[in-house]
Amino acid sequence: MTATSSGHRGLVMEEPLLFEQDADGRTGVDLPDAEGRKPRLGGLERKARIGLPGLSEPQIVRHFTRLSQKNYAIDSGFYPLGSCTMKHNPRLNEKMVRLPGFSMAHPLQPQQTVQGCLELISTLAHWITTLTGMPGVAMSPAAGAHGELAGLMTIRAALTARGDARKTVLVPESAHGTNPATAALCDYKVESIPANERGRIDVDALKAAMSEDVAALMLTNPNTCGLFENEILEVADVLHDAGAFFYGDGANFNAIVGRVRPGDLGIDAMHLNLHKTFSTPHGGGGPGSGPVVLSEPLIPYAPLPYVVADGDGFRMVEHDDSGDSFGRLRSFHGQMGMFVRALAYMMSHGADGLRMVAEDAILNANYVMARLKDSYNVPFPGPCMHECLFDDHSLKDTGVTTLDIAKGMIDEGFHPMTMYFPLVVHGAMLIEPTETESKASVDQFCDTMLHLMERAQSGDADWFHEAPHLAPWRRLDETAAARRPVLTWKPEEEKGEAA
Amino acid sequence: MRYLPHTDADRQAMLGVIGAKTIDDLYIDVPRSALLDAPVDLPHHQGELAVERALSAMADKNLSGANAPFFVGCGAYRHHVPASVDSLIQRGEFLTSYTPYQPEVSQGTLQMLFEFQTMVAMLTGMDVANASMYDGASGTAEAVLMANRVTRRHRAVLSGGLHPHYRETVETYARYGDFEIASQNLDPDGVQDLADLIDENTSCVVVQTPDVMGRLRDLTVLAEACHAAGALLVAVVTEVVSLGLVKSPGEMGADIVVCEGQSLGNPMGFGGPYVGLFATRDKYVRQMPGRLVGQAHDSEDRRGWVLTLSTREQHIRREKATSNICTNSGLCALAFTIHLSLLGEAGFTGLARLNHEAAQRVAERLAGIDGVDVLNETYFNEFTLRLSRPAAEVVDALAERGVLGGVPLSRLAPDNDALKDLMVVAATEMTTDEELDALANALQEVLS
Repeated sequence: MTATSSGHRGLVMEEPLLFEQDADGRTGVDLPDAEGRKPRLGGLERKARIGLPGLSEPQIVRHFTRLSQKNYAIDSGFYPLGSCTMKHNPRLNEKMVRLPGFSMAHPLQPQQTVQGCLELISTLAHWITTLTGMPGVAMSPAAGAHGELAGLMTIRAALTARGDARKTVLVPESAHGTNPATAALCDYKVESIPANERGRIDVDALKAAMSEDVAALMLTNPNTCGLFENEILEVADVLHDAGAFFYGDGANFNAIVGRVRPGDLGIDAMHLNLHKTFSTPHGGGGPGSGPVVLSEPLIPYAPLPYVVADGDGFRMVEHDDSGDSFGRLRSFHGQMGMFVRALAYMMSHGADGLRMVAEDAILNANYVMARLKDSYNVPFPGPCMHECLFDDHSLKDTGVTTLDIAKGMIDEGFHPMTMYFPLVVHGAMLIEPTETESKASVDQFCDTMLHLMERAQSGDADWFHEAPHLAPWRRLDETAAARRPVLTWKPEEEKGEAA
Repeated sequence: MRYLPHTDADRQAMLGVIGAKTIDDLYIDVPRSALLDAPVDLPHHQGELAVERALSAMADKNLSGANAPFFVGCGAYRHHVPASVDSLIQRGEFLTSYTPYQPEVSQGTLQMLFEFQTMVAMLTGMDVANASMYDGASGTAEAVLMANRVTRRHRAVLSGGLHPHYRETVETYARYGDFEIASQNLDPDGVQDLADLIDENTSCVVVQTPDVMGRLRDLTVLAEACHAAGALLVAVVTEVVSLGLVKSPGEMGADIVVCEGQSLGNPMGFGGPYVGLFATRDKYVRQMPGRLVGQAHDSEDRRGWVLTLSTREQHIRREKATSNICTNSGLCALAFTIHLSLLGEAGFTGLARLNHEAAQRVAERLAGIDGVDVLNETYFNEFTLRLSRPAAEVVDALAERGVLGGVPLSRLAPDNDALKDLMVVAATEMTTDEELDALANALQEVLS
C-alpha cells in the first residue's frame, strides 16, 4: 500500500495510544474545587502518581471515533459469524434502557421504590417461560457461560438433595468450549460423545456412555453444525430413564423461537443468550445476559436472588430460608440493562413476529447453503437451521485454507464466518446470516463466496496468503504476540528498565 | 414487521431456490409433535410508540437517583457520567461488533481494550489486567480459583469486611469447586485481624478496602503475613473512585486486585451490567481468567493488537481452561475507559477528593442528629451509622418520605444480629446540599 506522510490512509486515521498523546495538566472534565478538608483516610493517602494521561474532550471524542472506524460491525455490513447471531440491534432498545427510572435505580433500594424494575423482570420472565414452554427461569446469570454454570449448579444441587453424588457430565464433541469448561468448574468429569455421520449426537454412543454416574448431558440444539437434533426425544428418554438431567445450550434458539418450545423436547435446564436471539448489543465482547429456564423439579434449587409476584406487587427474594437454592452467582440480581432491551425487542415483535424471526433466519441460512453447495462442500446435508456448515474439502490441493478464505472475505468487505469450529469437520466454515439481512444482501454475500472459491481453485493462492490487502491492517502475527506478550503500555523509561 | 427486510415475494423466490414448498419443509427434522402451528400465547407485534409507552410506564413507577435525595451505596454508586461517554459507546461500530476474533477488522475494540488493561493496571498498582469480568463478585470468585491454581492449595480466607454478596458468590463457587472457605463475621466494632486464620493450606486471603462498612484498611502487614505463609493476598475494591485518593492495593503488597468498575462510565441500572476489573502480577499472567489483548505487528510491521495467550481459554482448552468465561463486559469496559480518559490524572484524583469531602459533609451533619452515631474512624465516600432503631425500619420510613437514605446492613446479612441497627450511607460528587437537608430532616423525624 502507498505510504502517506501522516500515516493516515484516506478515511482510516492513524491513531496513537491515549498515553502517547498525554500532556500533563490537561483534562476533559471541569470539576468544582475541593474545599481542602483534612482527609479521613487513616494515613493511607495515595502519594504516587497513577500515570493516567491528560487529554481534553475534543481529543477524547476524536480518539474513540477514530478507533470505532477501525471496527467491522453489524451496522456497517453483513456479519455472518456462526453461533453468534449477529442480527440488527434496534435503537429503540437503547432509548428504553436509558430511561432514568431504570438507569438511575440502585439495586439495594427498598423494594417498594423499585416496583417498576421488578415488574419488568417479572414480565420478561413470563415472555421467556412462555416462549420456551418451561415453568421457571433464573434471571441472574451474566452471560451464556454464566447461565451454563447456573444450570449445572442447579442440577448438582437437585442431585445432592436426593443424595445422588453423580460425577460425570457428557458433552458432544461438537459443543461450544464453554460447555466442558463449565462442567469442569462444577467439579464434574467431562466425557465426550461423538457425532454420527449425519452431524448429530450418536445416540448409540450416548446409550453406551450412560450410567448411574452421569449427572447430565449438555446438548446444543439446534447444534453447532446448524442441524436440529432430530432424535432429541429419544435422547431425553435415555437421560431421564437413567436418572440424569438434560441440559440444553440455547445459544442457537434463534432458529426455533416461536416455533419450537424446549419444554416440549424433554429439556430440564437451558440458558438463553439475550445478546443473540433477543438482539441486545454484542458491544465488542459483551455484556451478555444468560437467563436459565428450568423444569419443575429444578426450580427449588435455582440461584438467588429471584423475583416473585406477591399480591398486588413484586418482591425480590434475596435470602433463602428453605436452604434449597444453590446460592448467589454475582454482585446483584441480573443484567437489568439487557432485560430492558430484550423486552423492548420481544414486545416489538410479539408472538407473531418472533415466529417470523426464526423462519426468516432459517430461510436465509438454507438459501446460502443452496447457493453455495455446488462450490463449497457440505459435510452434512440439509435442511439446516439458522446457520450452515461447510468444510474445506473443496479447497483440497489449492494451497488455500479456511483461514485464507476468511481473510479474503475481509478484502471483499465482509466479516468472516466462524472458522475451524465446530471441531467435528475439517477446516469448518460456519455461516449464520440471521433474519435481518435482506435478500439482496445475502445474494451479494453468496456471489462473493462463489468468486472466492473460483479464485482459490484457479491457482491464486498467493493472493490469499497475503490477504487481507485492503483492510486497515494486514495480517497480524498472533504467534509472535503470544511468545513475548506485551499486555500494557509502559512509559519509555520503564521499558528501558525491563529490557 | 419493521426489523424484517423480506417481502413475501422474496420468501417465495428463496424457497424456490432451496427447493422447498413451505417454510415447514425446512423444519422437517423437528419432531412433528413439537412444531407449533400457531403463535404462542403472548401479545402480537407493536410499533415503537406503543412499546415506548409501556416501558416508560414501568420506569415511571420507580423512585431513583434521578428524582429522589439519594445516599445508597454498598457496591454500586451514583456518579455523574460525562455526555460524551454515552454518545461514543452508542457508535454502531462499538455497539454492534463482537469479540475481536478477526484482528484486521477489529483494531478499534482491541486498541481500546489495551488502553483499558493499561489503565486498570495503573489504578490497582499491578503489572497486568485482563479485558474485564462480569462484575466485582464473580471476579472475586475467579480470583480465588486463580489463587488455588497458583498455590495448588484449596482453602480461602475471607475477611469479615468483604461485601456479603461477594462472600456468598465465592461460597457458591467453592461449594461446587470443592475447596474450603474460612470466613469471618463482619464486626462493626473494628477491623479484625486475619493473620490467625492463615495456615499452610491457605491459598489466599480476600480482603476488601474500603470494606462494606466503608472502613479503610492498610494491607501491608497482612500482605507480609500472606507471603510468609505462601498464600496470595486478593484485594477487593467495590468503589474504584477511591483509588484516586487512596494508596493502591499493589503498593500495599496485593497479588491479585479485583474491582467493581461500575462507578466509571456505567449507570447503576438496577444491578447490571457492570464491569469487573481483574489485575495481577506479571508472574501469574498465565493463570489469569478471561481475555487478554496484546501488542502485535502486521506483515508490513505496523503496530496493532490481537487477542493473546488464548491457550488459557475455553474455546481452545475446553475443560482444562482457566475459566469458562467467554462473553465479558466489553461495552462497559469501553464506557469505563472513555470516562477515565476524560478525567485524566487531574480529574480522577480531583473527583476522588470531591467524593471524600462530600462524605465528610454528610457524616458531620448526620452525627449531630439524636439517635445517630457515626461508627467510622476512616472512610472514603461511604460510612456506617448506628441508629437508635432497626435500620431496615428507618430506611423504609425514609423511603416513605421520598428519601433513599442508605443500605441497612441487615439486608445484606440478616443472620448477624450485631448489624441490626446499622445503615451504610454513601455520598458522591452528585450529592447536593438540598439532598443532605432532606436526609437530615427526614432522619431526625424518623428517629424522634
